[in-house]
Amino acid sequence: MSAVANDWETVIGLEVHAQLATRSKIFSGSATAYGAPPNAQANLVDLGYPGTLPVLNREAVRMAVKFGLAIGAAVARRSVFARKNYFYPDLPKGYQISQYELPVVARGTVEILLEDGTRKAIGVTRAHLEEDAGKSLHEGLGRASGIDLNRAGTPLLEIVSEPDLRSAREAVAYMKKIHTLVRYLEICDGNMQEGSFRCDANVSVRRRGESAFGTRCEIKNLNSFRYVERAINHEVERQVELIEGGGKVVQETRLYDPDRNETRPMRSKEEANDYRYFPDPDLLPLVIDEALVEEVRAGLPELPDAKAARFAREHGLSDYDAGVLTASREMASYYEAVAEGAGEPKLAANWVMGDLSGFLNRDGLEIGDSPVGAAALAGMLKRIVDGTISGKLAKDVFEAMWSERKEADAVIESKGLKQITDTGAIEQAIAAVMAANPGQLADYRAGKDKLFGFFVGQVMKATAGKANPAQLNQLLKRMLAGP
Amino acid sequence: MSLHAATAAEIGRGLATRQYSSVEVTRHFLERIERANPALNAFVTVTAERALADARRADVRIARGEGGPLTGVPLAHKDIFCTSGILTSCGSRMLANFVAPYDATVVERLDAAGMVLLGKTNMDEFAMGSSNETSFYGPVKNPWDTTRVPGGSSGGSAAAVAARIAPVATGTDTGGSIRQPGALTGLTGFKPTYGRVSRYGMIAFASSLDQAGVLAQSAEDAALVLGAMAGHDARDSTSVDAPVPDYAAGLDRPVKGLRIGIIREFFGEGLEAATGTAVRAAIDAFRKEGATVEELSLPNLPLSVPTYYVVAPAECSSNLSRFDGVRFGHRCKDPKDLMDLYRRSRGEGFGAEVKRRIMTGTYVLSAGYYDAYYLKAQKVRSLINQDFRRAFEKVDVLMGPTAPTPAFGIGAKTDDPILMYLNDIYTIGANLAGLPAVSVPCGLVGNLPVGLQVIGPHFSEQRLLAVAHAWQRATDWHRRIPPGFA
Repeated sequence: MSAVANDWETVIGLEVHAQLATRSKIFSGSATAYGAPPNAQANLVDLGYPGTLPVLNREAVRMAVKFGLAIGAAVARRSVFARKNYFYPDLPKGYQISQYELPVVARGTVEILLEDGTRKAIGVTRAHLEEDAGKSLHEGLGRASGIDLNRAGTPLLEIVSEPDLRSAREAVAYMKKIHTLVRYLEICDGNMQEGSFRCDANVSVRRRGESAFGTRCEIKNLNSFRYVERAINHEVERQVELIEGGGKVVQETRLYDPDRNETRPMRSKEEANDYRYFPDPDLLPLVIDEALVEEVRAGLPELPDAKAARFAREHGLSDYDAGVLTASREMASYYEAVAEGAGEPKLAANWVMGDLSGFLNRDGLEIGDSPVGAAALAGMLKRIVDGTISGKLAKDVFEAMWSERKEADAVIESKGLKQITDTGAIEQAIAAVMAANPGQLADYRAGKDKLFGFFVGQVMKATAGKANPAQLNQLLKRMLAGP
Repeated sequence: MSLHAATAAEIGRGLATRQYSSVEVTRHFLERIERANPALNAFVTVTAERALADARRADVRIARGEGGPLTGVPLAHKDIFCTSGILTSCGSRMLANFVAPYDATVVERLDAAGMVLLGKTNMDEFAMGSSNETSFYGPVKNPWDTTRVPGGSSGGSAAAVAARIAPVATGTDTGGSIRQPGALTGLTGFKPTYGRVSRYGMIAFASSLDQAGVLAQSAEDAALVLGAMAGHDARDSTSVDAPVPDYAAGLDRPVKGLRIGIIREFFGEGLEAATGTAVRAAIDAFRKEGATVEELSLPNLPLSVPTYYVVAPAECSSNLSRFDGVRFGHRCKDPKDLMDLYRRSRGEGFGAEVKRRIMTGTYVLSAGYYDAYYLKAQKVRSLINQDFRRAFEKVDVLMGPTAPTPAFGIGAKTDDPILMYLNDIYTIGANLAGLPAVSVPCGLVGNLPVGLQVIGPHFSEQRLLAVAHAWQRATDWHRRIPPGFA
């Protein structure tokens, strides 16, 4: 890998497939919901029955326009659906309806934040609408294969990047950014396990300083961020080893096997299909008028980059924190509600990114399902701010709120966690500790300053941690010093 | 006058005035089919039970005073239209087992008009042919001379109406498949503007050219049936959302002052002399009725055939990919793997002409050939379109022959596909430009009918029907019945 890092440059372009969150399919009225019994959501159009015809789902078009506007791309006033012809049992018509020469979205930009804190603009060549294919099922059917056409005709937005990515990590950052964006726009549920969001990676290597691209391989169907990173790293190693060993990279399509962490050839260029693209005569050119574009533009939400910039500017957060807090629309609105409720944005940011995220991870929950809502968390933070509880006790309060689903005040009340701020009570506790530890007291007074911590601990123990730490410090210093 | 010599419109009037019932009419035609069809091979499927049930329903409707001009009138559908629960073969072995699970829009609409379905008519396989000889179900015979072809691809519909074993029938026209058989069997064959009639449920051959229409005895019949089947359909994105005029009500518009253009390119080499003479005589008759006639040149029109034989195969090669033996249609026995399933199912299911076109279409769309063939053909297509547009700035309609010769002998052209393709030389232009056109009978050469073709601008159906109707009021060619079927 060190040789790779020094002598070789990696060039990556991603094709992200985002399943659009329409209720019905892109060219038929069938439902798109995931998980139905095989072929329960395939009508005659999806089955490619003789005589049936496609009718474009306008909602899919709106979603594509939304995406185009969000990445500052050109939305084509006229684009064309084309047929991509090939035979496969899960492709009922023998062709996939896609867009070829004239896509609906072209020339956009997405910015990613690199690890060193700098930003990099990644070009988006195009994004086009197309229909998904069905699925072939090979397990549990003996020698036969099954075909499930529920997914056939599901709308996809294929987002093609320029070969601007220079490492697996950049590729992952870019893919995560697109993932964030499509969920902000509410055009894709982003569910990678169900295949709603996946990508193909085009990977090549060249010696540093060379301007021509090397021969690329396409790794198909990567459906997790981790696989993207691993598959690319593996592929880069493979290509470098191959070239350094005197071999040549062959342009081909490869599949990533996560169990073995390797890529394997799927089909080589010699067997590559000639897809015979041509404009689909069953569909008129897609015309998008200015009014639709403006309507969609007016309905755009605040986008993650703008939101992060605002958080950094108005809340005094670091770029990194602002980036984490805007990674999803739900996270951002949760954080924003907590920050507003508590009046302390930084404290809110620390709690959302710290304890809250930790608990969510531990329990495998999404932020929308958090047992502690934004208002409840804000309520607890207020109690820290007003001195009712210490920051340390707050962790216990939060845990109780999480498990018992109670408000902060109720937890503080029932557990008696309220901080002791009564000077007399603290003095009494100190006096008792001093009386019980005459030896340590004498040592301290003889100059053993380190024993101060011992007394703090003892008083805290006696007050079950409820003594106000600042007050305790002050009173303890005075009383230990002697009358 | 016997029932079967009556036009669809006349039968409709007879039903409305209770001269007979739809059940009686239907029985009459079913009997005629039974007698004549073995010799003609016009029908693939006769739906006798369905027809009688339709007829009984129509009679109830008429009795309640709820019938329209077509209620209770029998018809036949070309076997390219999906009919729910009925074999829809498209003239192919590939679909010889295909019972459609739904009705085409055309079927649905004519059903709603109260028409009675007699059956499904024979056709060239997947509508690819000009003689009805490519059908898996064997050739259809021309009722005027059963040693000759009826034309194609809607040959079964043409033969059935010409022999008066069906009063009227639907057809489809991709390169002349309604007009050419109309001409060869002495019928009024009407192909509407592309987009006028929904293609939903009509098995696709070449999607940008296919259009449903009518094979009828008269312009009036064509007007009635077209009016019932036309109109916007949300299930077909290429169907046009424009109101459908009452075609039958507009039939009587006079032809005086009509500006007729004669297409010079249609009267050159290849046109049989007697056919040319009959067509010229017909145009002359219009002049005498007060129309003006001017000869025009459409210089790109002679490129129609080569253009068509790139565009249509290209689209068909893709449209017919769905016939793969997986979900419907013919599947080979015991496939050993996927490739074997594809190869043998398609190899066995499709006939020679269909294969020829799939191969041609695959070739012209292939990498490296696309620009030279498909793209070039699209460019020529727009030039042809432009030629027509310019012509229609000067004239209201264009006239010429429908086919270069009357019906030819069965087997006469089957060995030479190019010779066969040239039969559509005058009809293909209207498909490439999406124009409406009609063929009306204008004479007999020997005992064989000749057709006059009238082409109009987009959505000029009403004008074309009025021109055809005026011609038919002045002549009786359209009332001639082939000897032996009177």
